[in-house]
This record gives sequence, structure tokens and C-alpha cells, in this order.
Amino acid sequence: MEFTIFILALPLLSFLILALAGMKLPHKVAGLIGTASLSTVTILSYVTAALYFGAGRGADGLYPTLTPYNFTWLPFTQNLHIDMGIMLDPISVMMLIVISTVSLMVHIYSFGYMKGEKGFQRYYAFLSLFTFSMLGLVVATNIFQMYVFWELVGVSSYLLIGFYYTQKAAIAASKKAFIVTRFADLFFLVGILFYGFYAGTFSFTPDVRLLASAGIVIPVALALMFVGGAGKSAMFPLHIWLPDAMEGPTPVSALIHAATMVVAGVYLVARMFPIFIEFAPEVLHTVAYIGAFTALYAAVVACAQTDIKRVLAFSTISQIAFMMVALGVCTSADPHAGGLGYMASMFHLFTHAMFKGLLFLGAGSIIHAVHSNERAFMGGLRKYMPVTHITFLIACLAIAGIPPFSGFFSKDEILAACYDYSLMMGVFMSGVAALTAFYMFRLYYLIFWGKSYYEGQLALFNKGQISEKPHAPHEAPLAMTLPLIILAAVSCVAGFIPFGEFVSSNGHAYAIHLNPAVAISSVLLAVAGILVAAFMYRKGGSKVVLTVKVQSKKFIVAAYHRFYMDELWIFITKRIIFRGISRPIAWFDKHVIDGFMDLLATASQAFSYRIRRLQSGNIQSYCIWFLHGVMLLALILIFLV
Amino acid sequence: MIPAEYYLVLSALMFFIGVFGFLTRRNLLAVLISTELVLNAVDINFAVFNAYYYPEHLEGFFFTMFAIGIAAAETAVAIAIILNVYRNMGTIRLKSLKKLKF
Amino acid sequence: MELNTHTVIFMGLALLMTVAAMLAVTTRNIMRATVYLLFVLFGTAGLYFLLHYTFLGAVQVTVYAGGIIVLFVFAALLIGKGARDFTHTSILRYIMGFTAAITGLILSVYLIFTHQFPEVKPLASVVPMNLIGNTMMGADKYNYVLPFEAVSVLLLACMVGALLIARKR
Repeated sequence: MEFTIFILALPLLSFLILALAGMKLPHKVAGLIGTASLSTVTILSYVTAALYFGAGRGADGLYPTLTPYNFTWLPFTQNLHIDMGIMLDPISVMMLIVISTVSLMVHIYSFGYMKGEKGFQRYYAFLSLFTFSMLGLVVATNIFQMYVFWELVGVSSYLLIGFYYTQKAAIAASKKAFIVTRFADLFFLVGILFYGFYAGTFSFTPDVRLLASAGIVIPVALALMFVGGAGKSAMFPLHIWLPDAMEGPTPVSALIHAATMVVAGVYLVARMFPIFIEFAPEVLHTVAYIGAFTALYAAVVACAQTDIKRVLAFSTISQIAFMMVALGVCTSADPHAGGLGYMASMFHLFTHAMFKGLLFLGAGSIIHAVHSNERAFMGGLRKYMPVTHITFLIACLAIAGIPPFSGFFSKDEILAACYDYSLMMGVFMSGVAALTAFYMFRLYYLIFWGKSYYEGQLALFNKGQISEKPHAPHEAPLAMTLPLIILAAVSCVAGFIPFGEFVSSNGHAYAIHLNPAVAISSVLLAVAGILVAAFMYRKGGSKVVLTVKVQSKKFIVAAYHRFYMDELWIFITKRIIFRGISRPIAWFDKHVIDGFMDLLATASQAFSYRIRRLQSGNIQSYCIWFLHGVMLLALILIFLV
Repeated sequence: MIPAEYYLVLSALMFFIGVFGFLTRRNLLAVLISTELVLNAVDINFAVFNAYYYPEHLEGFFFTMFAIGIAAAETAVAIAIILNVYRNMGTIRLKSLKKLKF
Repeated sequence: MELNTHTVIFMGLALLMTVAAMLAVTTRNIMRATVYLLFVLFGTAGLYFLLHYTFLGAVQVTVYAGGIIVLFVFAALLIGKGARDFTHTSILRYIMGFTAAITGLILSVYLIFTHQFPEVKPLASVVPMNLIGNTMMGADKYNYVLPFEAVSVLLLACMVGALLIARKR
């Protein structure tokens, strides 16, 4: 498996080439360099997966954990050292597939989407950087390497959100994303240091006896790490950056803010899962409750958004929360007895990456066609964009959990795990799943059905009421539709992958079997959600919608404003932290500390002014002072010492 | 036999008279004269120490002799400089010599 | 200390030198200052004779009193009016200079009288001339041919340098 180094080296190389020489290259060449290196990486990832899973299980019935590369980077003590390397185990190989696939799709898609944009080469350079960092994150051999790449991922996300750096909104969004995730990462780092100190290692497989003797510290460390994961994975209340991150180019949203980076938190929890389950099950369950609340919150907010990318963003938050819930409801490492959630979470991560990537790319295609994110400018697009329509529908069905699309299988496993944990959790998550179906089909009907904005404008134009002839929406070019079709195909069949064969909580093979009661009820709920959405939005502006809108106006407005979470954060940061804490500190710094320094400076300056006449340039004065000094010293040395 | 301390006190007296002159005079030539006094005082000390305490050697003797030689050289150069200063600036008052100050 | 010829001569010389030195640093006329300096130098030469360092006394008279004083006189004459251009030194400067000098003097005298000097081994007679010659030109230990040559080169350099500095352009 030594060739796996190229999986990391190639994106880094293409990043360096594009970043250093990119501006001198024509757009096409720059794009081709990035895409070619990514294609190679994708092929290598698939080969890795084939070889890894093809090699079969070891004698103990587990897939072996391989570390083709591992070198000590920073040794602190005999045991505590930061390593850099590549580790292959079922989930990291799975992540390699996910990342390289979605990344490749995005690379190809961007040819069409970003065509003619200023900074095209920069865009591809950042994509390469991101891919490199994300791949480095998943193959990390230890938690510190993970942290290093974790931050790199954050940086590339920052760079890509702020890609349109001439727009104020993009700048604000990139800063928000960076600051919020960085704030969370602080906890992650503290957690790592706790863990490193008490476990005596940064490795994922610590000495169990040391951990057991550390007592309460290990759960605390894991909880702190989870805060970091919650920041990256946009868990409530650290989710506020993700909706704003949609200011970046849409393919970037598909890659970073839907499929790969935002699931890093889930991946982190999954990585630490054995330690979680062994030493901190309470923390794990807290994760589940946070996830459940986030899932509901994001789903409700998604119902009221008008910007299609925001809807998808909240949908992403909700779906990641599903994964977190699935991890959190695990009660043991045995998939047959309470450990099902782990497999379900990873499975959902896999399928979600595909269909959410597809949804975002489809949204990008729509935005490309109508030049707006707002649903008011859409409607009735199914005639104009057939390919986008069909693929988007497939993705919606997948996320809603309709068989045989991939989302059904993974979500079903999650729900089954929730029911295993407690009836209440199961019912709650089923409800959220139904809500998911509702808001996704609301979006679908609003975009592709209902009154066409274009036709309305055209009619107005023909009547002579507006002077400008509206542009007809058109289907996207092949570079954009091809990834859509591929991802749609994957979304159709991914559910039939015997995922439990590859990934499970204790590593042993686990045959996925559908729980009929759960499956039927969840499908029924999803269909109900779809029907309600169809009933309300298919025609557009139906009476029911208006009634509902009037009846619960306050609630809808609140949901549209995301229940004022952003305002709350602003209140906390600006009013309480800035005004209450930072300002007094700043005052103290300015007036007391700076004042003291200024006093020193002023005093010495004043003193210098006084004695500057001594520096007369007159040798005789110097001599007088010199002699007085010598005499004084001589007197001291002779009589006092 | 005159005690050595007498010589030493005399030379100290000369030395500090020279120092006083060096510190207070306002004329380059006068300053130079003061330094000659200082030099002479030191020469006397060398000779006295040699003659009284180490008569079997001649270190102090020769040091004095070379010091006299070097004093001559130094005076020659110093006076050349003073002449040059006077020619360029028209004065040898210490106070007016500020061109090299900055 | 008995009052013999040596003592009387020493006392006379000391008085002469002190007074002359004081006048040399206080008189306003540069020519007078030069002459007072000449007295001091002669006195110094006298001290060398008293110490039985007759050769040194001779050198002092020829080089210092003969050479250097002549230089001073020439300089004073060349500069002429400028040399007499004494301005008033500020009283503060006088006081400061005086305190520095007097402190140093008191300190030195105190040290001279408290310091334990080694035992006095008086010089038997005048240092013989051939000993001086051999020592000055010898290349052995405690011989001074190297400083001698160095000084001669220095003097040459000084001569050239002084000419270079002082010549008219």
C-alpha cells in the first residue's frame, strides 16, 4: 500500500503548481491540472479500497489497520510524540472513496460552473489544497495529525467561502466561518492536550489502563474534542457559520459544506468511538441529544427559507445531526446489541455525501440558469432543465428516504438504532425524517413546479410592461450535467452496498437487515411529508399555504430568521463579551499597561531632555564627568569595599 | 636620601595640576601644555619606582625614555593639527571647534 | 629626614615645579605658559639627575626642553594673536575641574602614604652609559631594540604626518 502516499502528494503538488504558477496558465490548463491529479487520486483511492477490502479479514475477523507511512515529527517524550503518516482502516478507506469521488465530481462540474470566472486558477488551487487537507485528515495516524489537517481544512474552507472577495457578504461569511470553527477548535485542542497528557500518547489506540486511571479527565477531554467536532459539523449552537458559508461558489458548497468537511466532526467522533463507548458513554449520549435537537431545529428552519442554498445548508445541518445522533445512541461496541448506530452513521455519511453533493450541484445548475438563489425567480423549471430536474428529484427522494434510493437504507438504520436506544428518540427522529421529506419536496416543487417566473416576465415583456427581454432558463452544459448523472446513479444504487460488511462498530461483519416496522413506518411518514408538500406547493400559492402562512405568521417569520440564533450570538459576543469583558480589558490595556509603558517612555524622554546638554560634544565636559565618575568609583572601591 | 613618597606626591601634584588645566583651559595650545604636564608627572613616577624599588633593572628608565620620544612625536603632530585648525577656522578656541560634532 | 644638599635641592625643585606648573595652567598669555612649562621640564630633568639617571635627565633637557618647547614657541608665534585669544572659563567649570583635580590629588596622596611599598634598595651610583647602550640595542631578555626601532619608525611617521597635516595646500 506504499502508493497511498500519492493520494496525499498529488493534490498537494497540484496545489503548489496552481498556486505558484497558476496565474500564468490559461484557465483550461489550470483546471485540467487539478482535475487530472484528482482523477489519479480517485483511481488510487478506488484501488486502495479494492486492495484493502479485497485482502479480506484477518484471523481475528477484523480488517487489519495498516499504516504504510508513519514517521515521528515532533517527539516530546518517549511515548508522547506527534507523528505524521497514513493509516488505513475501514472508515478511513471509506472516507477516501467519498472525498475523492465528490471532489472529482466537483472538479469536473466546476469547469462548467466557474467558466470565465476571474480567479479560476486560484479556485482550482484552493480545491486542491482542500482535497489534500481533507484526505490528510481522514488518513491521520494520530489525533494531532488530524488536528493539523483539521485546521488546514478550516483554512481552505475560509479561502473558498471568501472566493468572491470583492463581495462584502462573502468576506463576512468567510470570517464568520473561520472564527466560529476556530473558536470550537480551541476546545478541540484543549481536549487533545488533556488526552495527550493523561493517555500519554496522541495515538487513537491508547493504553487502556492509563485511560482508566485518569478518571473524569478522559470524558472531559472527549467532550472538549466533541465541541471541536460540533464546530466543524455545525451542531447547534455552533451551526451559525454554515448557512452563511453558502456565499462561496456552489460547487464548493457541495464539496466542503455538504459532503466532506462538515462531516469531519462525525468522523472525529467515529474515530474516537472505541474510547467514547468505553470511558464516556454519557458524553456520547449527550452528543445524541444535541444532535437530535439540531436535527429538529435545522429541519424547521429549512422549511421557512427562501434561498435554495440556505435550505440545503440547513438540510445538511439536519442530516449531519442525524449521523451524530446515530453515533450517540450507541450503547455498546457490538452492532447486534446497541452498536448499530456506528455503522448507520458511517453509512449515512457515505450516502449523504453523494446525494447532498448532487443536490448542491443541481442547485448550482439552477442558479447558473436563473442567476439567483431566491426561489421567487424560479418555478416551473422542469420543462427547461430536464436533466437537472430528474437528478434533483432522485436526490430529493434519496434524502426523503424513499426506497430504493440510497438515503432510505442508511436513514432506516439510523432510525432502527434510535428505536433501539429509546422509543422517544426513535419517534422524535422519525418525525424529523418526515419533516425532511416535507421541506425537501417543498423546495423541489417550488423550483420545478408552480408558476414560472420566466414565463411571467415574458408575458409582461410581450405586453410591453418591462423593457428587457428575460433570459430563458437553459440546461447546463455537459461538464455540469455529467457529474449530476453520475452522482444520481450512485444515489440510486449506493443503498444496496452491503455496508455493514465493511464498516461496523467492532469491526466484525454485520449483515444489514431491514426492520420492517421501522422501514414501513418511516416510508409512510416520508410519503406523507411529500404529499403534504405536493399538496401545498405543487400549484404554487394554493389556499392552504396562505391559510397556514396567516395562521402561523409569527412562527414562520421566526423560523425564517433561524429563530434569531445569529442575533443571539451577536448579542452574546457584542453586548456581553465585547462590551462587558473586552472593553474593560481593552481599557485596562490602553490606560494601565500602555499607560505604564508610556510613562516609562515619557519619563526617560524627559530625563533625556534634562541630561542632553551633557552631550555637548565638548571633550572637556566629558572629561570632567568621566573624572568625577572615576573618583567616585575609586572612593567606593577603596573605602567601602 | 629623599623618601620616594616625596617624589610621588610631587608628581601627583603635577599630574592633577595638568588635569585641572586640561579641564579648564579654552585654548588648544594651552590644553596641549597641560597634557605635557600630565605626561611629565607620569614619567617621573616611572623613574622613581625604578630607582627606588628595582634598581637592578632598567624598565622604568627605558619606559620614561620612550615616553619622552613618543611625547615629542605626539606634540609634533598635535601642533601640526592645531596649525591646520587655525588656518582653516581662524581660531583655536575649543568652543568654536564644533564642525566635527555631528 | 636630615637636611642635606639633596634635600635642599629637591625642595627647591619641587617648589619651582609646583609654582611653575600652576602658573602654566593659569596664565593668560600662551608664551608665558610655554616658558612656565619650560621651567617644569627643567625641574623634571633636575629630578632625574637627583635620581642618578643622568642620561634620562639629558634626554629630558634635549628632547623636551630643547625640542618640544621650541615647537610650542613656533606654534604660538605662528598663530600669533589667536593664541592670546583666551575667553573666560565659566566659574562652574572652574569649580568642577578643581573638585575633580583636588579629589584625585587627595586620593593619590592618601594612597601613596597608606600603600605598603616594597623595601627601598637605593641606587648605588649613576647608571653606566655602556649598560644603557647595551640594553637599548640588545635583543635579549630585558633588552629594548624592538621598542627602540618602533619608536624610530614612529618618529619618522610623525615627521611625515606633521608635514602633511601642516603644509599649505
